[in-house]
Amino acid sequence: MPSVLFTENIDKAVRRWLMTVQDYAIFCAASLANLFRTPRYWADTLIQADLIGVGSIPIVVLTGFFTGGVLALQSAASLAQFGAQTYTGRFVSLSMFRELAPVLTGLMVSGRNASGMASELGSMVVTEQMDAMRALGTDPMKKLVTPRVIATVMALFLLTIIADTLGTIGGSVVAVFISHLNGAQYFSSAYQALAYTDIVQGLTKPVVFGFILATVGCYKGMRTTGGTQGVGRATTQAVVIASVLIIFSDFLISRVMLWIFPPL
Amino acid sequence: MNGLAETILEPQAQPNCEPESPLCFRNVCLRFGPRVLLDRISFSLGKGETRILLGLAGMGKSVLLKLANGLMKPDSGEIFLFGQEITSMREQELLPLRRRTGMVFQESALFDSLTVRDNVAWQLMERKMTEAVIDRRVHQALTFVDLDQAFAQYPPSLSGGMRRRVSIARAIIDKPDLILYDSPTGGLDPVTSHTINELVVKERDVYKTASILVTHRLQDAFTMVTHRFDPEANALVPLPHGTFDPNTRFMVLHESHLLFDGTTEDLLRSQDPFLQELLA
Repeated sequence: MPSVLFTENIDKAVRRWLMTVQDYAIFCAASLANLFRTPRYWADTLIQADLIGVGSIPIVVLTGFFTGGVLALQSAASLAQFGAQTYTGRFVSLSMFRELAPVLTGLMVSGRNASGMASELGSMVVTEQMDAMRALGTDPMKKLVTPRVIATVMALFLLTIIADTLGTIGGSVVAVFISHLNGAQYFSSAYQALAYTDIVQGLTKPVVFGFILATVGCYKGMRTTGGTQGVGRATTQAVVIASVLIIFSDFLISRVMLWIFPPL
Repeated sequence: MNGLAETILEPQAQPNCEPESPLCFRNVCLRFGPRVLLDRISFSLGKGETRILLGLAGMGKSVLLKLANGLMKPDSGEIFLFGQEITSMREQELLPLRRRTGMVFQESALFDSLTVRDNVAWQLMERKMTEAVIDRRVHQALTFVDLDQAFAQYPPSLSGGMRRRVSIARAIIDKPDLILYDSPTGGLDPVTSHTINELVVKERDVYKTASILVTHRLQDAFTMVTHRFDPEANALVPLPHGTFDPNTRFMVLHESHLLFDGTTEDLLRSQDPFLQELLA
């Protein structure tokens, strides 16, 4: 008897999970389909780009700079054992451009904005503002979700470039002032290490991460139930799910990129 | 069968949903989990008619309003909004019909990050009207609800009654063909309730807009049927003793069913034990 109950519970949980995945997939498709439907809310998109993009610059600058610095610090010590300290720039730039800048920017922006989107939209749901918007003849998907998705994708793309740049600069500061390497050599090594495929890989990821964090944040917000407690729950879940999906998709994208651009 | 008996509805009663009728329900059913909230609800609202929906708390009155403009979908039955069957419509198809429908929510549901002006102007801004036209129309709507001084304020700084009036201004600014009022006087003091009732009657008598008004408060309901709006006095004036507004009728929801649908006279003469208790 307990085993039957256990099986039933598993069955229910799997069904619920599949229904949520299906609902999220439809939600994502609708947010993309709205790109081709009128009305388009460009003003709202710009406002969101300002809030998400410009507002996230300080945390991305700090994250990028210190991550580059730490990479240089750790790598210089290891590379010194092989007399290869001159490769510090190469190590920092490759790590930053391929992996760390997109992933860390995605995670930082996710912590700041996926939570913000979930709580803002969730509050609107529990106070019937979402119903009011629909009752006034406005589609919340078009008015609220699509502008956030477009703005986040654009913002994350640009923020990743900032993180790449600041990471390389941070690495150079450590390399020059702590490891006492030649600055020109550092930058030359960092520049020469980068290939076209690294740039493509590093700038494809933020597009996907931006889409994930915006759609997860908006989805959790729009599906909020349970009053103010539900808003809190949606906010937490949005950050956790978006972060996990970003790391998971990072692995998938890296795998696909290695398949498309095999190492020489 | 006398006229009174006809108003105590048989569950299978089905109205003819005329194309000119702003709203018509035919055998609408809705369940929430195991509970049947609405069971075979049928009624038709005439042009320029006001229907007051009474019932105990939790009987599905607010849900019925949300079904009326497609914010919720029934499990079965048909709903005709301005002659078009909406239960099978997609969200995109519903939007133009909703723009012809004003809705006043129980808790006002104003956009708290926007000013009163932007709340009231929402539909006009969506239609990309010029700022000058929007401002003029917003001032008109706010003057109608006697709240022009709140133009630049934010909803959290307003009292409950003021928020309700802003909500009414938002609902009427685009001259809708149907207004759905969800307990517009709920939780308000008697003086503010009277102001809201006055606005509802004003909208009914000045613009002849069809409406459904959900309320728990019998006093408010009877104020509406025993008064008319006098534009010269800019106030409610009582109708002659014993007469009621002919365009205002009652519906009563009870135990998932539409127990009563008829005139004020029929309601007062009803022998149904629940209705007598409700009116007592």
